[in-house]
Amino acid sequence: MTELTVDATGLRCPLPIIRLAAAARTAAAGTVITLISTDPAAEPDVAAWCRMRNQHLLDQTWSPPPPTRTLTSRIRVT
Amino acid sequence: MLLDGAREALAAGIGARTEELVFTGSFVEAVHAAVLGTVQARHRVGNRVLHSAVEHSAVLHAAGRAGTAEPIGVDRLGRVDADTFVDRLYSPGVVLGCLQSANGEVGTVQPVTEVAAAARSAGVPLLVDIAASAGRLPTPPGWDLLVADPRSWGAPGGLGLLAVGANTRWTSAAPDDDGTERVPGAPSVPAALAAAVSLQAVLADAEQDDLRRRALTARIRAAAAGIADTEVVGDPEHRLPHVVTFSCLYVDGEAIVDELDRAGFAVGSGSACTASTLEPSHVLAAMGVLTHGNVRVGVPPGVSEAEVEAFCAVLPGAVQRVREFLGAENL
Repeated sequence: MTELTVDATGLRCPLPIIRLAAAARTAAAGTVITLISTDPAAEPDVAAWCRMRNQHLLDQTWSPPPPTRTLTSRIRVT
Repeated sequence: MLLDGAREALAAGIGARTEELVFTGSFVEAVHAAVLGTVQARHRVGNRVLHSAVEHSAVLHAAGRAGTAEPIGVDRLGRVDADTFVDRLYSPGVVLGCLQSANGEVGTVQPVTEVAAAARSAGVPLLVDIAASAGRLPTPPGWDLLVADPRSWGAPGGLGLLAVGANTRWTSAAPDDDGTERVPGAPSVPAALAAAVSLQAVLADAEQDDLRRRALTARIRAAAAGIADTEVVGDPEHRLPHVVTFSCLYVDGEAIVDELDRAGFAVGSGSACTASTLEPSHVLAAMGVLTHGNVRVGVPPGVSEAEVEAFCAVLPGAVQRVREFLGAENL
């Protein structure tokens, strides 16, 4: 299984979703993409992107708060 | 005397009795008075405040300040989970339920009648926020407290409306004062008169205007749905007549607002980049829909079909230009 990481730390939506979509476009089916982001909007927006584009959201977890909250989303490309 | 006349007309216009109506300085102040005053009056029962997850932020803030705020989730269309709301109303320590008549951000009408019947039976007062529907849809029956925003029907600011039902236990959370209202200070007479006159004017045309604007918003909904990777949000049937909301993938909310402004159309956005907090809209997030690339179109009275057609014609190009600028046109 292929895995790749997209670092969107510090970027505001829609940029993290654009980076994610760009990575997914060229990735083979079954690839697991790990998206690292800090924008609070990324949590609902990654989930909404997966639903709208028929991608599979595996999980989303926030790291503990300080110094910067980081969201890790794992998506399997379909 | 002028104020009495305005009070009578406004009460009738929002479906309350004259003696139930209290003038406040703003809509937010009316919300604060309603929530804080009810929780205070019922503090021996408990301090739990139930509210839909998509209430106005003033309700969320007041509920959190007054007691323990408990959000009830909504579905993808923004409609509150009425079964859960009803179940919770019967649990111990609940002093207030808060449910909007309709959501002003996405237009979805809430099941107020159903929740109000359960609240009555459970002995819990229900605050109904009619800010989004007043002057457009009749006030749903069964409320114990009502709040409305005259600005929403085109009146000038400086006034909020609170109606406290005759049998509702409520005390002002502010110290006693010698004002004419049950809240501090004296209301603005010109603001009350303007609100009364404008509400009567809006109500006189409401029925005809409703049909006309529903057709126009249906047209915009269809145009937005035709754009790639765009989702129209909110209930397609049970909705406000004048609101259309949609979200476009790979689009910056602020950029699309600017792009449409250049074309001569003023729209709003619930995207984080358009808010001072940089937090996404709590309404869109609770619905599980895209928070970026969000556009909210309010169709004002008197807008012509030709103007709506012109908007629908520029919309796809505006979305396309924002996507090109972000290098996101082929994703």
